[in-house]
Amino acid sequence: MTNSWTDIRNTDLVVIMGGNAAEAHPCGFKWVTEAKANRGAKLIVVDPRFTRSASVADFYAPIRQGSDIAFLLGVMNHCITNDKVQWDYVKAFTNAAFIVKDGFEYKDGLFTGYDETKRDYDKSTWNYAIGDDGYAVVDDTLTNPRCVWNLLKAHISIYTPEMVERICGTPKEKFLKVAEMISECSTPTKTMTSMYALGWTQHSKGSQNIRSMAMLQLILGNIGVRGGGMNALRGHSNIQGLTDVGLMSNLLPGYMTLPNEKEVDFDTYMSTRGFKPLRPNQMSYWQNYRKFFVSFLKSMWGPAATPENHFAYDWLPKLDVPGYDVLRAFELMNQGKMTGYICQGFNPLLAAPNRTKLTASLSKLKFLVTMDPLDTETSRFWENHGEFNDVDSSQIQTEVYQLPSTCFAEDEGSLTNSGRWLQWHWPGGTAPGEAKTDNWIMAQIYTRLRDLYRKEGGAFPDPIVNLDWSYADPGEPTAEELAKELNGKALAPVMDPTDPTKVVVEAGKLVPSFAALRDDGSTTSGCWIYSGCFNENGNNMARRDTSDPDETGAYLKWAFSWPVNRRILYNRASADLNGKAWDPSRKLIEWDGQKWSGYDVPDIAPTAKPQDVGPFIMNAEGVSRLFVVGMMRDGPFPSHYEPFESPVTNLIAPRIRGNPVARVFKGDFAQFAEPASQEFPYAATSYRLTEHFHYWTKHVWVNAVLQPEFFVEISEELAKEKGIVKGGWVRVWSKRGSIKAKAVVTKRIKPLICDGKPVHVVGIPLHWGFTGAAKKGFGPNSLTPFVGDANIETPEYKAFLVNIEPIAGPVA
Amino acid sequence: MFPPVPNPTTQPVPPKFGDKDLIRRSASTVTPPAQRQTEVAKLIDVSKCIGCKACQSACIEWNDTHPEIGINTGVYDNPHDLTPDMFTLMRFTEWENPETNNLEWLIRKDGCMHCEDPGCLKACPAPGAIVQYSNGIVDFIHENCIGCGYCIKGCPFNIPRISQVTHTAYKCTLCSDRIAVGQGPACAKACPTQAIVFGTKDEMKEHAAGRITDLKSRGFANAGLYDPPGVGGTHVMYVLHHADKPEIYAGLPNNPRISPIVEAWKGVTKYAGLAVIGFAAAAGFMHYLVAGPNRVSEEDEENAEKLTGEEPRQ
Repeated sequence: MTNSWTDIRNTDLVVIMGGNAAEAHPCGFKWVTEAKANRGAKLIVVDPRFTRSASVADFYAPIRQGSDIAFLLGVMNHCITNDKVQWDYVKAFTNAAFIVKDGFEYKDGLFTGYDETKRDYDKSTWNYAIGDDGYAVVDDTLTNPRCVWNLLKAHISIYTPEMVERICGTPKEKFLKVAEMISECSTPTKTMTSMYALGWTQHSKGSQNIRSMAMLQLILGNIGVRGGGMNALRGHSNIQGLTDVGLMSNLLPGYMTLPNEKEVDFDTYMSTRGFKPLRPNQMSYWQNYRKFFVSFLKSMWGPAATPENHFAYDWLPKLDVPGYDVLRAFELMNQGKMTGYICQGFNPLLAAPNRTKLTASLSKLKFLVTMDPLDTETSRFWENHGEFNDVDSSQIQTEVYQLPSTCFAEDEGSLTNSGRWLQWHWPGGTAPGEAKTDNWIMAQIYTRLRDLYRKEGGAFPDPIVNLDWSYADPGEPTAEELAKELNGKALAPVMDPTDPTKVVVEAGKLVPSFAALRDDGSTTSGCWIYSGCFNENGNNMARRDTSDPDETGAYLKWAFSWPVNRRILYNRASADLNGKAWDPSRKLIEWDGQKWSGYDVPDIAPTAKPQDVGPFIMNAEGVSRLFVVGMMRDGPFPSHYEPFESPVTNLIAPRIRGNPVARVFKGDFAQFAEPASQEFPYAATSYRLTEHFHYWTKHVWVNAVLQPEFFVEISEELAKEKGIVKGGWVRVWSKRGSIKAKAVVTKRIKPLICDGKPVHVVGIPLHWGFTGAAKKGFGPNSLTPFVGDANIETPEYKAFLVNIEPIAGPVA
Repeated sequence: MFPPVPNPTTQPVPPKFGDKDLIRRSASTVTPPAQRQTEVAKLIDVSKCIGCKACQSACIEWNDTHPEIGINTGVYDNPHDLTPDMFTLMRFTEWENPETNNLEWLIRKDGCMHCEDPGCLKACPAPGAIVQYSNGIVDFIHENCIGCGYCIKGCPFNIPRISQVTHTAYKCTLCSDRIAVGQGPACAKACPTQAIVFGTKDEMKEHAAGRITDLKSRGFANAGLYDPPGVGGTHVMYVLHHADKPEIYAGLPNNPRISPIVEAWKGVTKYAGLAVIGFAAAAGFMHYLVAGPNRVSEEDEENAEKLTGEEPRQ
């Protein structure tokens, strides 16, 4: 989230699209009810189903899953056409005025440079024109036809209300009502917040779904302000923490990136991470990358990381592929190339797509280690559970080790919530049986491995034997020790860069924040953005002071929010070009002629003059990007692509199937149903229900009572067509698998008319498996396709094709 | 935000009400206390409810009940009805508003309304099985309950349920045990959106008025408070978007009243009935003298085991 949960109460309009906050985030949803009750805020829900969020919405509009980009670009087109743009914001704080290099073009659904065989683009034309001064060329009048604004206007002009209706199935008048409500937030005194979740990420163009809304929010001037923002509601209580500390295969902590195999040495690696400002005076904060990176290496290898060995750069793994995401991991397992798997707090047998492939992959492993508080299906993948897990155990040779672990309520540590708050928690109970903390388990595995490497050597023992492991008990590092390590400390006195005689941090002390980090090896920090979480003031994550001066919703003394306790990112953008709040009633920080100050920690150098320095300090441009250079694999602008399995062909680019640059493994393409398939005519989607949390709570008696049995949801129209009765049994199958379920026949799902043709939606909730207290069931992932987002490989769980028929129920 | 009930102290607290505060006791007469306690109420704002069932979960946990894991019958309501182990239930109704043609998903938390004029209590023939405290809470005292089921007949909302195991009647207690020590009901505590709030009846009416103004501003012209006069008002009230049509909320009665039969029972019939009871008692005593006391057969014992035995949990 750019903002925080508590800030949602400051909004005028909540748009829930690509998520279902009331159902999947009921506790956070309280801030929506607060905004409605206290400010008269309105709530819009756009979803293929009339969800529990929709039940309390002021306006609901249906949409076909996988068509969000067309809808959002349609809203953007509506705003621009009707002059509902916060012009001062757009001109000053976005790259609307930047001139794009000649040669860049969009045609027939593709941008310049597409290579069909590689399923990739040559992105060399996707860039700004650079002037003689070395800076990007801009046209502040926005008249140059090659400026970002005019290219954007042309790019989205095809997304008319009529086209939105044809693609999305949203009736034109409902679309226009949503567009009008949203467009009203283009004034400086009205804001909209976007609350989204896996309904946008779990698509082959998930990143672009989110970008579309981010661009719309920029045009409306809603980023950096109270009650605005792009608010990703995370699917797990600590998934924000997972990405922050770099648990993706291609990331290092704090959103730094792991080197690839071409970056053979430190200098080569750093050469592409210079982040030279693209406009005069801009902060381009990533210029400090080297400080964060060296401090990270020092926290990894301590005294063994020296300037002479480039702080042990060579000991970092180098990627030979863009990333070892979950899909690639199981593909490699299936090919027999990955033979061991440590599965910590994850239940991929149910959570990953195409269960048949998952079972085959796990069956080829030599060993599988699961670390989990629960008896997961993954750890029992080899066990026959009748039709619910129909495997021949005698044919599976995988050796499985189940390591019982504590759950969050039984150990100490911090969870990072969607709003970037690091909140400390204490054990509320004692772990049962032989359960051990994850810290203990990992430390025991590590110390034993290290001893083996010490004794026996091996191909490359250095990174293992030199790892800095100076914990009081090497067998179980404490949560506090790890938190201090993430925060970082000074190894030698840290001097003030403007006054070399002044010591900022004494040697041996915890650093106050990442501003004290240095690139000479004199500081450590395991995760630079977390710096400040546990410093010489103590454990800031454990703070529980609810004071909130003038009730802005900031709560600066509650827990710790990264970075540097800032509650709203880009908050400099809450003030105009002179540093005065756009909306005086929602002041956040202001410029008093000398410095920035206010209710939040300023997201700008405190003395940076408002006319000189742009608010988007992480960007080399100093402004936000309506046109993105380099970072997105599938285009500098979003464009509508159908899901890989779609009930219709792509209306605006009929030749293109799915996202043209999404990676598809050999063999998986053959397992996709054709567009507009006769064999698999219905558009399926998967989701959570409020009664359950993923695959955990089916182990809990009470939750199992509240939603006991697996079901699918269909419209009354489809039920009538297929002869399916409410509460009866159905079989649902895709090209990859088949499941049985009870049928919930509902008015909450209606057929959508897309380009004149009805599209029926089949909704499949995900909480059932073959272990736990609830009735045994299947869940959707026996059916879902094995393909992910073009940029980050999040699987396309939200849009695929199935068929359905009524069946006789099992004999009781 | 309505100020939530603060967290309790960890020190022992003397109960805030008890037997001395009874204003009604089934099949008995009580001397009402000189001073009535401030009336309490729970307000359920249907328009704020997201149907998450946290209230049901909290109710099961606090009352330590053990509802069975059922099946799906094609709807979201689970369990499918109130049971002796489920005192409150989210009832989901898909209603197409004929005026707007829009679908509305009405979600109402069902449970005891704690009527000011409680039909269950009036119908109850067992002395002291149902009591009403001066703060308005209507409570079942299980050791006095004979499991006759008359309370169900007497209830205009069809709330109490008889346990086949203990043969006594169960319903929401308004968490009388929590309220006695200064806490709010468990369901209100668990509700994430403050769709359930708790306070004095006056506070609740005032809070409801603000909510109704908000709903009217959003186009719900008939938004209103459900505090039905037919039962003297209730200590559980609803804010409804369509207060003119309570029946669309899973059959919430439009004008609930105590059944005339129950009212009649409390009148002349009562004395006639008492005579019949006297006769039956006499007949029973005769039977005892002639045939001896009832014996529990092995078969009876087995059946009882079946009823009380719970499925082993995983």
